[in-house]
Amino acid sequence: MKIDKNTINKIARLSRIKLDDKESEDYIKDLNSILDWVEQLNEVNTENVEPLSNISSSILPTREDVSSDSNSSDEILENAPDKLEGFFAVPKVVE
Amino acid sequence: MSKSSLKETLKDLDTKKISIRELNQDYLKRIKEKDNLNVFIHFSEENVLKQIDNLEKDNTIKKLKGIPIAIKDLFCTKSMPTTAASKILENFNPTYESFVTQKLLDEGSIFVGKTNLDEFAMGSATNTSFFGNTINPLSKENEPLAPGGSSGGSAAAVAADLCLGATGTDTGGSIRQPASFCGVVGIKPTYGLCSRWGIAAFASSLDQAGIFSHNVEDSSILLQSIAGFDQRDSTSAKVDIPNYFENLDDDLNGKTVGIPKEYSIDGTPMEISQIWEDAIKVLEKKGVKIKNISLPHTKYALPTYYIIAPAEASSNLARYDGVKYGFRSDEIDSLDEMYENTRAQGFGREVKRRILIGTYVLSAGYYDAYYLKAQKVRKLIADDFNKAFKECDFIVTPTAPSAAFPLNEKQNDPIKMYLNDVFTVPASLAGLPGISIPFGKDKNNLPLGIQILGKHFDEQQVFNAAVSLERSYE
Amino acid sequence: MNNIIKGEKHDWEMVIGLEIHAQVKSNSKLFSSSSTKFGSSPNSQVSLVDAAMPGMLPVINKYCVEQAVKTGIGLNAKINNYSVFDRKNYFYADLPQGYQISQYKYPIVGEGKVTIDFKDGTSKDIRIVRLHLEQDAGKSLHDQNPSKTYVDLNRSGVALMEIVSEPDIRTPDEAGMYISKIRSILMYLDTCDGNMQEGSLRADVNISVRKPGDEYGTRCEIKNLNSIKFIKQAINYEVKRQIEILESGGSIEQNTMLFNTSTGKTRPMRNKEEAHDYRYFPDPDLLPLEISEEEIGKIKSSIPELPDELKNKFIETYKLSNYDASVLTAEKQTSDYFNETINSDSELKNYAKIVVNWITSELFSLLNKNNLDLNNSPVSPENLGQLIKLISTNEISGKIAKDVLEDMFSSGKTARQIVDEKGLQQVTDQDEIAKVIDEVITENPKMVEQYLGGKDKLLGFFVGQAMKLTKGKANPKMLNDILKQKLTKKN
Repeated sequence: MKIDKNTINKIARLSRIKLDDKESEDYIKDLNSILDWVEQLNEVNTENVEPLSNISSSILPTREDVSSDSNSSDEILENAPDKLEGFFAVPKVVE
Repeated sequence: MSKSSLKETLKDLDTKKISIRELNQDYLKRIKEKDNLNVFIHFSEENVLKQIDNLEKDNTIKKLKGIPIAIKDLFCTKSMPTTAASKILENFNPTYESFVTQKLLDEGSIFVGKTNLDEFAMGSATNTSFFGNTINPLSKENEPLAPGGSSGGSAAAVAADLCLGATGTDTGGSIRQPASFCGVVGIKPTYGLCSRWGIAAFASSLDQAGIFSHNVEDSSILLQSIAGFDQRDSTSAKVDIPNYFENLDDDLNGKTVGIPKEYSIDGTPMEISQIWEDAIKVLEKKGVKIKNISLPHTKYALPTYYIIAPAEASSNLARYDGVKYGFRSDEIDSLDEMYENTRAQGFGREVKRRILIGTYVLSAGYYDAYYLKAQKVRKLIADDFNKAFKECDFIVTPTAPSAAFPLNEKQNDPIKMYLNDVFTVPASLAGLPGISIPFGKDKNNLPLGIQILGKHFDEQQVFNAAVSLERSYE
Repeated sequence: MNNIIKGEKHDWEMVIGLEIHAQVKSNSKLFSSSSTKFGSSPNSQVSLVDAAMPGMLPVINKYCVEQAVKTGIGLNAKINNYSVFDRKNYFYADLPQGYQISQYKYPIVGEGKVTIDFKDGTSKDIRIVRLHLEQDAGKSLHDQNPSKTYVDLNRSGVALMEIVSEPDIRTPDEAGMYISKIRSILMYLDTCDGNMQEGSLRADVNISVRKPGDEYGTRCEIKNLNSIKFIKQAINYEVKRQIEILESGGSIEQNTMLFNTSTGKTRPMRNKEEAHDYRYFPDPDLLPLEISEEEIGKIKSSIPELPDELKNKFIETYKLSNYDASVLTAEKQTSDYFNETINSDSELKNYAKIVVNWITSELFSLLNKNNLDLNNSPVSPENLGQLIKLISTNEISGKIAKDVLEDMFSSGKTARQIVDEKGLQQVTDQDEIAKVIDEVITENPKMVEQYLGGKDKLLGFFVGQAMKLTKGKANPKMLNDILKQKLTKKN
């Protein structure tokens, strides 16, 4: 088994998703069966094969260094669940 | 009333046989009647009427003026909220319009509503939506069928004649498979043909916008409207968009069709193999040369896809954290609590499953074994197609391994669900254009789909083959 | 150089590496077109891309790429024709995307080096591992509200160059000199404004200690230091802390630390990103960045003279000492000012040493006193040149020139204006000076007697008296000469 309780906790934590015990168990089962299934890729010889990240064959387009100040803070904050004094607000962080 | 096509409707509007208002009121009526199908996440009659008012005041000539279009709720729209079928985008009102929907607005089309989908386009049955299942309009009473997914709402909207066309997105088959299930035409163009700007991302290297329509002609008209280069999307292609509709040509004489032997999969229902053979016969009659081709890495496409897509998704969905927009949990004693509870409560089960698997395959110690390996196999899959297309002009396969299945089937076993995409995923990994057209029925009289794949940016060939098959079938 | 620290039990050596984060000087951000201006109202320079709205996509700023290449060339580094943007995944309130677009496996700039010069004339190379481009985060403000942290995304997405050094640094002074040198190069290249106070340039410092000759010890990383003073303080504190732990038999825990600027102490961050699993992978929204040799060549040809080149040129052209030349070239604004001053009059190149002194001591001390930057100096290079010309032609004395400079500084007038208005020209008329001396001699017969009796020291007294009578304007040399002459004549 690739995914155990510890692993699922670690990746849930990295993903910032809280899981209860029941969910953890379900996901351990799901993820293990998925990982077993994708295991078949090991049959493929990929020696000297370049990984393909993007199908596009063109080169990275660039833009000129022009700043446009079209966005107002109102627009950016419009959908914020909590905003105060022009800022996004989140629970207090102690560094 | 029989379904009228976009092409006919444009003619009727042009000759004033029908007004924009009359046309849309007819659709509004039907939308309200078919409320039980749960096609729309957002529908506002008032909003439609407002659009009609505005168009009536507008004297300019526009290509799609007054045409009712449904929009998958993954496209950000200014005039309607956008949810991606997720609780986490609760009350999100974009202040911007996606590239694709803006193009449709510029052409004068009317947005009838935002259609249901699998949450963040992750699913094959439109059953992972926070807003409930969509029901396939072809269902018999007491036996609701799934419309396919993830763009099930859009496919159903066209199938139930609630619009003359709909937008969808296709990451591993999310346009083609529901088109097949609902008996409509669905095209996923070449990766990069339509800008992804303003479409909530699922898997960036695979996501591509496309179109659902009643027939191939309509599909060619609508795809042309949403295609085109966009400098705000670095993967958008700088290619000329031909007039697909004007150039439609059902004469396939002298063309070569590739038939990949690897798509004959054990356990495929007889009826599916049958329509595939039928399609090949039709093509042969039309003077098309039949070429048996091999795409040797086909069987590895699904596991490859189910590593790459979740990996990208795990990162793309990190922005849904309850800070800038959307849902935020009430349990927020600390920043981490806020994140963990917001994302636990905001995302549904399938989305969480994919985020977790994606996080795992990218994590330290596993990256090479899973993600990098999958990227290498992806290269081999793409190379398979490149090689094959040296010998043929287009490829024909079934779209899906089954007809529409009952709504609640296949819910517990993720891998069984993933197998729905077995015929659609390889072309997604290779970024190729693919269309699904209805072609034949199964024993329950449910539609089945044939998929036509073309070379990169050769949508014209895909349309030509599709229209040819469609006309022979009708 | 002795870099050995005497501990209670052993000798120790510190091993330091720096990761410098330099904001790229550009109008717009790395992947969006919002402005990079500092100090605007919160969230007013945030595009939909910067706020990570659904469906928003990055498009790279060409100029930022050129700036990175330029900097790479300035660091004597290899420019990579192929580089890749990766996503570094982690959650933080001021990281809207949930990932930072950075470069991991394939950075835009590879290995390079910079040289630091010591006062004793020796120098040392610090090797650069790499330079890569990445997005800056927004800002979290923790003390604006008792129960909440505020987030301002104005800085979110601004282009950063991360410059990583090898652990070649062995003393806090070297660390300071290294960052000064990098800052100087960036400012000469105009690729970063170098403003450490505003956070345009900041550093993470990796520190470990070892017994001389041993393997590297476990290191701690002190985050986000934004002044050279703090860097040195933090290193000193951290080194002491580590040595104390090791000498008492403990071991160092690899940690990310914060430096408290008011207590001068370091402490581990409370909010550690556990396991640091950033899950880097190539950003699928972007394609690899390719730069041709031709493009690199074009950028190379646009590069101005860098401090080391300029220093050598000054030594050669103006016969300046190594020390003077390095002071002049440490900051671009200083060397620019010097160049403009010395070129304002063709005669001045013969008085280069005087020009250096007037800039680096008189002008600098006035600027310091008034809390001003050389760029905001009320005295222009041309005006300073004019002042020095007046000195060099004996029109005014050096002493008076100091008063004139202060006047120029506060009034904004030219040296010429002030000298003319106040009649400060040096008295160089033999007869006039002789007349004054005669007066002094006549009025102080006793002193004259004593002087002639052998009290040579009294000469100063006569000079002082004569200067007083001429309001300091008498040419000192002539005054001296005539005075001596007259006092001898008396015999």
